[in-house]
Amino acid sequence: MTAGTSAAAPRQSLRADDDPQAALRTQPVKIAVGLVGMILTVWALGNLFLAFGFYPEKFGSKIVIGLLAIVAGVGGAAVIFYFLNMFVEGLPARLSEGLIPYAFILPGFALVALMLIYPTFQTINYSFANSDSTAYVGLQNYRTIFGDSEFWSSIVNNVLWLVIVPAVVVAFGVVVAVLSDKLSANGEKFAKSLIFLPMAISSVSAVSIWALVYAYNNPGQAQTGLLNAIWTSLGGDPQTWLQISTAKLNSILLMVILIWLQAGFAMVLLSSAIKGVPEDTLEAARIDGAGEFQIFWQVVIPQIKGTIITVFVTVFITVLKIFDIVYVSTNGQYGTNVIANLFFNKLFAASEAGQATAIVVVLLLAVTPLIWYQIKHFRDEEANR
Amino acid sequence: MSRKLMKDGRPRSPFSITVMALLALLWSIPTIGLLITSFRTRDDAQSSGWWTALFNPFGANWTASNYSGAWTGQDFGSGFINSLVVAIPATIIPIMFAAFAAYAFTFMDFRFKELFFLLIIAVMVVPIQVSFQPMLGILGPRGLGISGQYIAVWLLHTGFGMPLCIYTLRNYMSTLPRSVVESAKIDGCSHYQTFWRLVAPMSIPAIAAFATLQFLWVWNDLLVAKLFLKSENTTVIVKLQQLLGTQGQGQELLTAGAFISIIVPMIVFVTLQRFMIRGMTSGAVKG
Repeated sequence: MTAGTSAAAPRQSLRADDDPQAALRTQPVKIAVGLVGMILTVWALGNLFLAFGFYPEKFGSKIVIGLLAIVAGVGGAAVIFYFLNMFVEGLPARLSEGLIPYAFILPGFALVALMLIYPTFQTINYSFANSDSTAYVGLQNYRTIFGDSEFWSSIVNNVLWLVIVPAVVVAFGVVVAVLSDKLSANGEKFAKSLIFLPMAISSVSAVSIWALVYAYNNPGQAQTGLLNAIWTSLGGDPQTWLQISTAKLNSILLMVILIWLQAGFAMVLLSSAIKGVPEDTLEAARIDGAGEFQIFWQVVIPQIKGTIITVFVTVFITVLKIFDIVYVSTNGQYGTNVIANLFFNKLFAASEAGQATAIVVVLLLAVTPLIWYQIKHFRDEEANR
Repeated sequence: MSRKLMKDGRPRSPFSITVMALLALLWSIPTIGLLITSFRTRDDAQSSGWWTALFNPFGANWTASNYSGAWTGQDFGSGFINSLVVAIPATIIPIMFAAFAAYAFTFMDFRFKELFFLLIIAVMVVPIQVSFQPMLGILGPRGLGISGQYIAVWLLHTGFGMPLCIYTLRNYMSTLPRSVVESAKIDGCSHYQTFWRLVAPMSIPAIAAFATLQFLWVWNDLLVAKLFLKSENTTVIVKLQQLLGTQGQGQELLTAGAFISIIVPMIVFVTLQRFMIRGMTSGAVKG
């Protein structure tokens, strides 16, 4: 392999200098070396990664495997592209020009196709099959889930999450972005860092953190949960907050966790949009006698509308797939279930792959309009470029 | 008058200062509570709220035993190493593939280019749940039999992260001057050389931005790790989730475990925040 590369690399530059016509002809050596190189690299990488899988003990420690994986993955990808490029360049010029783009997108696109595009169709297929995906049962899975009250209550909860969380996150982001813009540079940086920080925290850790806020101790004992401590000091009885489904209180308390996690994201994008609003438009409005409030609604908001929509859609997509927070905190009990959690429990606790995939298909139908929106958004952006 | 102006000449806004200080405090309180509780003894944590220790720091019993208990007793130590072994390759590998694809989408013309790119945009929205049942088939014992190993998770995260990575990098690359690539072509550089010598180095800010996002996403992921890693390979997040599930014993270790799971993403986040914000604002949002 190494001999092949070192022999082929100088040849390429020599040829190009000697004879400009050479690049237009077929170069069988390049084709052969490129092809063999690619096959060898894929073979070697495949074996190495399979060895990680089957004989992890041969590598001594996990750290060795991790380091080897990084080197092999990144280096291997570079080597594959090197040989792929050599192979395509060896082809006659006209063919080569046409093929290089496909060679560049092939590895990345193949992975997307394997991990996302093929499974999408396979999942739709499985949704018409039985619980271990071995025989077709027609529409039975859909009949079962549509007849399940848990499914409908999950849908209601999902809709509630979708109505509340993205709107609150965007509103909060706008308020923070506007207010922090009025602080001194250091004050702004500091305040924004603190609000941004939860973005680094996983949902599981966030639930652990908020467990200290929602904790319950029996009446008479000292309350260790912040919310109950405040509640009892105001004269109330301690509550098991996450079990109160009246007015969907427990779902709303779980939403607070997600809002806490996502607010920083909205703030960062909206803040940079607000800083991009030209000062002279604000100045003109001030000269015309507009108050700060009017300026905000009639000058600033229209100019950051695009960002607001982008943030809203991004958070909306996150919320649509909300799983971790519900799974870890209540696992959908006490009327807090959501679609993604129902899916997880159907697939793994109940081993009902048919019903589980049918639930994913419902989720898939729900995101379809967003796909259309994203594409439209992209086209508009391209038109403005 | 001069006292009411800031250094840069803008008027000081007491209202903004008050509200922002309150919000920043509100946003930090839960995490501060976790940090304090993780250093309290089991008895203290069960008999009084963490804020009592904050107001009376010398009367409280401080201990680091929760950390040693979580690290060795609950095996967060090996979970921590597993998390690193999972997250680092799953961050770097997709970038390599995506960078080449993004280069092609930005600087080359080919048939079905638009269609391919629209597909990438479409799958960015598709919930990853679609892939579980089919991928359990392919990677599981009925297929390749690598489910449970690191490589299964690397592959999945590479696939799941790819669309966003291609999208982000393409958006960034299309802001690079096309003339640079054109002139490299005139000088006789192949696309491969142009990519390595010009476009990849110029795209470092976007690559760093995506790397930060992907690292946080992989490190913090629960679903993929829970489903596709066997228990001795599992990550610190799954360990924490399992500890959360067991009520009663080991509760005092939970806060320490949570902090162990947070510390690495937090360091990454704080050091690379600059890149991430730049990438998010230039890549994801232009309208």
